[in-house]
Amino acid sequence: MKLELCRVVQGGSRLGVLKGLGRMGEHSLEVPACLLYTHCGCVPHLTHDTLHSLDQLPSVTQVSLDHLAEHQEVLEEFKEGFKKFSGLHDTVLFCSLHDPAIHSPTGYTTNKTVSVWGSGGRTELTAAKFMALQKLARPDCYVSMADGETWQDNTSRKRVRKSVERTLAHLDTCLLVHQASQELEGAALFGAVEGGDVLEERVRSARETAKRPVAGFCLDGLQTGRVDAALRGQLVGAVIKELPEDKPRLLQGVGRPDEVLACVEAGVDLFEGFFPFQVTERGCALCFRFDTATDPESADRTPPSETLTKPNGDNHPDGPTPFEMNLKDKRYQDDFRPLVEGCGCYCCRNHQRAYVHHLLATNELLAGVLLMLHNTAHYLAFFAAMRRALAADKMDLLKRRVLARTQTNA
Amino acid sequence: MAAPCARVETQLSTNMSFKKALAVASPLALRIIAECPVTKARVCDLELPHGSVSTPVFMPVGTQGTMKGITADQLDALGCQICLGNTYHLGMRPGPDLIEKANGLHGFMNWKRNLLTDSGGFQMVSLVELSEVTEEGVTFKSPYDGETILLSPEKSIAIQNSLGSDVMMQLDDVVSSTVTGPRVEEAMRRSIRWLDRCIAANKNPHKQNLFAIIQGGLNAGLRKTCLDEMTKRDVPGFAIGGLSGGEEKDDFWRMVTLSTDHLPREKPRYLMGVGYAVDLVVCVALGCDMFDCVFPTRTARFGSALVPWGSLQVKHKQYAKDFQPIDPECQCPTCKRHSRAYLHALFKSDTAAMHHVTVHNIAYQLSLMRSVRQSIVEGRFPDFIRAFMRRMFPSRDAYPGWAVDALASVNVALE
Repeated sequence: MKLELCRVVQGGSRLGVLKGLGRMGEHSLEVPACLLYTHCGCVPHLTHDTLHSLDQLPSVTQVSLDHLAEHQEVLEEFKEGFKKFSGLHDTVLFCSLHDPAIHSPTGYTTNKTVSVWGSGGRTELTAAKFMALQKLARPDCYVSMADGETWQDNTSRKRVRKSVERTLAHLDTCLLVHQASQELEGAALFGAVEGGDVLEERVRSARETAKRPVAGFCLDGLQTGRVDAALRGQLVGAVIKELPEDKPRLLQGVGRPDEVLACVEAGVDLFEGFFPFQVTERGCALCFRFDTATDPESADRTPPSETLTKPNGDNHPDGPTPFEMNLKDKRYQDDFRPLVEGCGCYCCRNHQRAYVHHLLATNELLAGVLLMLHNTAHYLAFFAAMRRALAADKMDLLKRRVLARTQTNA
Repeated sequence: MAAPCARVETQLSTNMSFKKALAVASPLALRIIAECPVTKARVCDLELPHGSVSTPVFMPVGTQGTMKGITADQLDALGCQICLGNTYHLGMRPGPDLIEKANGLHGFMNWKRNLLTDSGGFQMVSLVELSEVTEEGVTFKSPYDGETILLSPEKSIAIQNSLGSDVMMQLDDVVSSTVTGPRVEEAMRRSIRWLDRCIAANKNPHKQNLFAIIQGGLNAGLRKTCLDEMTKRDVPGFAIGGLSGGEEKDDFWRMVTLSTDHLPREKPRYLMGVGYAVDLVVCVALGCDMFDCVFPTRTARFGSALVPWGSLQVKHKQYAKDFQPIDPECQCPTCKRHSRAYLHALFKSDTAAMHHVTVHNIAYQLSLMRSVRQSIVEGRFPDFIRAFMRRMFPSRDAYPGWAVDALASVNVALE
């Protein structure tokens, strides 16, 4: 795996391509990018056929041990890795510890173990068991076992320090197993950078992790709703200063467009693609604009944009954001326009807001399918727009366009 | 004697052009492609406004303007030529006016092939508490706002006209097949009167086909009366209703075959609510052309996959490590890519597991009917039936008695 950068803003954003992905090195991913979010190898609500009505899907598919751990015995019997098990051909498999869209219970992490949460409840993992799972799953990339439970209120500095130490210890154990394992030959191991909201611990974790032969870095414990955006910006900045330029950085648990933009500008390359799923689950459709062809100042001359959901006062991480429209709202009952004019997704090419509203009102499964298709398409197009803006030095314009809605709510 | 011949020829050609004119005006044309010389089965080409349908056909049910979790494209790719929408549900939400604004149900759900809507009568009786049937119609309380609503023949047809379905069903007075006594006759006679009211109320006879529904419960005399009366009406097709409830299968098949004996050959026969594989095969042999049932799609959502030897409960532990597809011989998208073990695992993680099985079950039903049609065309339907039964049941003893009798009645002996 090799990161080829073509544009770097000093102390900030990068534009490039992650090459040599996959066991045979045949895949690549333009960055900044988001990974394709799945539940057990399946993009939520979508079968292979419906998923592939979308084009330009990311070449990297994410699964988490939250979903995988309970299938250990099955994978042992199957013997050919998770990709083959789930019918995922021709993709790069990225395995993380947790599902970024799930808020799992906390308080079970110990010095030697972390816990993952599946349909049957909790599975406790030692580093040994963690690596056994990775050997069975045979991902192309994975994040080392980590203790990221540092975001609760009243997390002591001592606890934060412990998380850094444990995570480094886990990394060292994982590296040993990784290097000796045939099943993981050619796989890229990412180290997790912890440190809670304590700047010194963040720096320490970053420095120490960077000393290890990891393929990339995963910034943990900075998820949306756990740390506020301003503090996150500070901490990400401090961490990135300590990381080598030539290795990719993935930021876990951040997906809101405004936060993504801020973190790209701070030097993050990769994001988890779970945000479209969250939007779908609340019956909403992404509709924020990200075109930079015209100056947003001239937006006044264009037809009024969608009246959006109000931003939540307390900024609940699961509530509707200003980037989406709530299709459950009665105003869409007889709105026969596509979700977003000009969107090329299956839903917008074939269906109308009134139909999606009806599906939501009647609790029909197809609502999830159509919204997931649209939200995924919209989100991926946003990332593509971001890469174009970086290439053309139009990030400020893009930011103004994307953020315009957050200021003009009716 | 040239003059009389000329007159006869003129008469003939006038008849021909009159018939042609009728065919253009009628939104349904049935062409019989093949008839089984042994049973009463036939293969037809049913021309409807949104394309042709090969019969015998199984029609999946998309109750609320959607085939649960399956896109219109997926349904089309599976080869579905006609599916169902529900007048009761759609009439309640989102309502006929909105659907009309959306260019009918076709426009609303973006389904380009054929649609059949039922009248809402069955749901009235099966879903709604405190529904009351009078000569006027069915009165019930809306489950959404508690308002009292009357579903009359006129109202049902008006809704179906707004939905714009290719085939509409009359509003019938539906009585459970387990009911006996004078209510059965009352319902049968009322259904005839309601048929006439439906015919009169149909605003679009040139675009939408109104089917009659034969009632009469399990009483041969009443059925026959209903058949005699309804076949006098000039409707493009007939449904056999009032069966597929809780009745004994022994009674069920007798009513089916009685009905097909007295329905016109050149019009389609639609047996409502039948969808189990064995029932389909037997009732094709008894002369039915069209079938619908929620079972295949509903059971899919519970993880039950339909296969030639019965069904497979994918969520059961025994499939956790079974790396074969649901049916190794099935060509559906699910079986071509996924194993039972993967689907078993996926059911714990995502709703898409249901969609995979739904796709498979629809494919199974459509494939079954395709095989049935092929065997009839090739003159080997009885052999097909025998092979089908052998595959479906572990032994001859397990063959359902009613199926053996029904098939015997159409000259098919099962070993």
